[in-house]
Amino acid sequence: MKMKMNKTAKQNAVTYGMVIAAFAVMQIMISTGHISSSLEGLLIPFCYYVILAVSLNLVVGVLGELSLGHAGFMCVGAFASAFFTKCMAETIPNSLVRFLLALVIGAVAAGIFGILIGIPVLRLRGDYLAIVTLAFGEIIKNLVNVLYIGKDSKGFHFSMKDSFSMGMEPDGMIIVNGPQGISGISRDSTFVIAVILVLLTLFIVLRLIQSRDGRAIQAIRDNRIAAESVGINITKYKLMAFTVSAALAGVAGVLYAHNLSTLSATSKNFGYNMSIMILVYVVLGGIGSIRGSVIAPVVLNLVLDYFLRKFQMMGSNVVLQFLSDNRMLVYAVLLIAMMLFSWSPKMIQWRERVFHRNTEKEAQ
Amino acid sequence: MSFLNYLISGISLGSVYAIIALGYTMVYGIAKMLNFAHGDVIMVGAYVVFTAVSTWGLPAVPSILISMAVCTVLGILIEKIAYKPLRNAASPLAVLITAIGVSYFLQNLALLVFGSNTKSFTSVVPFPALQLAGGQLTITSVTIVTILACILIVLGLTAFINKTKPGQAMLAVSEDKGAAQLMGINVNATISLTFAIGSALAAIAGVLLCSAYPSLTPYTGSMPGIKAFVAAVFGGIGSIPGAMIGGILLGIIEIFGKAYISAQMADAIVFAVLIVVLLVKPTGLLGKKIQEKV
Amino acid sequence: MAMLEVKNLGISFGGLRAVNGFDITIEKGQLYGLIGPNGAGKTTVFNLLTGVYQPDAGRITLDGKDLTGKKTIEISKAGVARTFQNIRLFSGMTVLDNVKVGLHNHHVYSALAGILHLPSYQREEKEMNEKAMELLRVFELEDAAELLASNLPYGKQRRLEIARAMATDPKLLLLDEPAAGMNPQETQSLMDMIRFVRDHFDMTILLIEHDMRLVSGICEELSVLNFGEILAQGKTEDVLNDPQVITAYLGE
Repeated sequence: MKMKMNKTAKQNAVTYGMVIAAFAVMQIMISTGHISSSLEGLLIPFCYYVILAVSLNLVVGVLGELSLGHAGFMCVGAFASAFFTKCMAETIPNSLVRFLLALVIGAVAAGIFGILIGIPVLRLRGDYLAIVTLAFGEIIKNLVNVLYIGKDSKGFHFSMKDSFSMGMEPDGMIIVNGPQGISGISRDSTFVIAVILVLLTLFIVLRLIQSRDGRAIQAIRDNRIAAESVGINITKYKLMAFTVSAALAGVAGVLYAHNLSTLSATSKNFGYNMSIMILVYVVLGGIGSIRGSVIAPVVLNLVLDYFLRKFQMMGSNVVLQFLSDNRMLVYAVLLIAMMLFSWSPKMIQWRERVFHRNTEKEAQ
Repeated sequence: MSFLNYLISGISLGSVYAIIALGYTMVYGIAKMLNFAHGDVIMVGAYVVFTAVSTWGLPAVPSILISMAVCTVLGILIEKIAYKPLRNAASPLAVLITAIGVSYFLQNLALLVFGSNTKSFTSVVPFPALQLAGGQLTITSVTIVTILACILIVLGLTAFINKTKPGQAMLAVSEDKGAAQLMGINVNATISLTFAIGSALAAIAGVLLCSAYPSLTPYTGSMPGIKAFVAAVFGGIGSIPGAMIGGILLGIIEIFGKAYISAQMADAIVFAVLIVVLLVKPTGLLGKKIQEKV
Repeated sequence: MAMLEVKNLGISFGGLRAVNGFDITIEKGQLYGLIGPNGAGKTTVFNLLTGVYQPDAGRITLDGKDLTGKKTIEISKAGVARTFQNIRLFSGMTVLDNVKVGLHNHHVYSALAGILHLPSYQREEKEMNEKAMELLRVFELEDAAELLASNLPYGKQRRLEIARAMATDPKLLLLDEPAAGMNPQETQSLMDMIRFVRDHFDMTILLIEHDMRLVSGICEELSVLNFGEILAQGKTEDVLNDPQVITAYLGE
């Protein structure tokens, strides 16, 4: 079995290697000043998008369940950690220590939500599970928007209506201000920490998949009834996958929150639009392919944001200008085209005929 | 009296959700897919009517008919180009993601053509509101038309499914596609017909929605689409009466939630009710329990 | 003490009594057959024995232990393994991993140990690899270990399903129409393999089959099920020559 261990270990090494290589390249570009400010601004987003995609793939690709509320866990992690950071700004002046604690808090908070939501939800059938996860994601976003938390000399105050109902003293500090969210967050996210978190995420997810529990999770995906018949506890493993996925999404949320000074929950960042965007990364990278979930978010965001903007600056080509102005439209067309090309059975047959690809069937 | 006003508002909004939900539930039952772009077809329908009325100065009824025609063609085209090739794909997620792509496409196309500023939609129903109970109870004409439209559509659709050949074909395909094909039913045509009807209904829903809530942007269809999908699941996906009941109940819950609990939390309340219902009855109110063959 | 003792097992679906008054006694090491026309309730009996359905009447005792009303997982841990009419493999996993999943409850380590590659992980994984390869060797599948289960030809898939079932170290093996879809040569191989499994593992085997050559070839005793009730029971030749059985079933 040495052979198999080496093969998987090699594949993992390639994945880690890609991340480290990309990091090295970026670092060189940063230190030699060869990087544009727009690309530099994307570095931390690349990292949390990757963490989000990899963690969602654990549920969609490895467990085989469609979750449309992943952004909700990101939201929990973001707000829990930002709240902590804001409260502890003076008590823990060392930003690194404080940020590490914030990461743990964000992960744990999101993980707890993962368990709470997972227990009732994971016994629903596929499409229903999808819609309920979407519902939970929206509820979380909605709840955070009506949350008012403040602190004064008497302690914490809390309201779901408005900041005045908290009944705070005039010199009290509003920490969470309803739809305006949390402001004045210390921007502790750094590219180095973000990349380390990406590697940590990969480490956890890849090793989990390749362990006994990971096999159990995949067995549930491939044939739930057979998995049960060999004695696998379906609920336990569904919950495990869901919770680990949620906690990692929470970590991504912490990175996101500490990359801005103001954190608020809108439909764009924590609503179903975001959940769906992450799902698109997962599908385009390959459902079940962890390496794909590393590549897809980076490539797509690079293409969208960076290159089209570059074309725009290069000037007068009307077509490129049009593409750049309407990049979401282009993206939508590309998405549809890519899906048809990769997944349509007729397309797959055509490709096999043209490129003579064999399908590895053992000789019968 | 305000309770009655809210109730009627709720039924009206719910009727719109019901009409949209019918499109979702039919496509799901027959083509076995979640048409994520359905909400955006509503938006397209509303924009067509807006253009017809505001830009070309056409009267209401022809505008609505043009909109229905445009949406019907759009629905059929989308199905043929984006969904049909993926009908037998390895993963059901493939067509779902593609539907998401179509949704983005429609939204951004509308953005390109009409811009992002909110259009003010003039109501297509110009008769005055009904005042009852000495002015305490107001029923707008839009409300009356909406509720009537919903009832007529549900009755019409049910009759169509039960009494006509194409309708029975739709029922057969939803039960067992393979068997239907073997019996000589043209499955492709039936599925196209389903999308056609669903899209035509979406156009009507778009008009009614924007008549009641007159702001129109490329993103107008998105949230009602999601809510209507929730309503369809809530009522039992694949069931026509379920879509109607789910839609109306959802509308009532939303309006009451806004009125009596909190305007900002209304959406959360709607979703929370859905979750509670599904936990108690996992296949929705009128859904069928499907036994997995061991 | 018999390995499997079932008394008066029954279940209804809606208004239909699918299984009624089902009694069976199987001794350790026996090769027992359950036959009957399509729709007689044979797979339903299997589902009752494995906790997929809960009976509304009767008792199931395995090697002295009462399994009535227990869930599938507990029944699996108590020592009942099964295969399915439509082969149920883990299609996205390799042949080796399919068998390793069967070893799940016999080699345990925590998720944390798995992530950190702690000693318990290394020890148990090594043993699982060895045991799984050994099973593959026994079932002549070791060359296919790294292939995706779905890429195996049909006959080998069936073998893999049985190998995976044996990985759970069962006391009783239930085979649901193992010869379905097989040609005569494949069926003969299967018969040899089933006999081999019984001999090599000292296994008690209850199988559902329609293929009469297989049934008369390897089963020592039979129960005939018709409309959910036992029509005849006993030694294979006696049952197969019973006129009632012939009328009800052996029209083929």
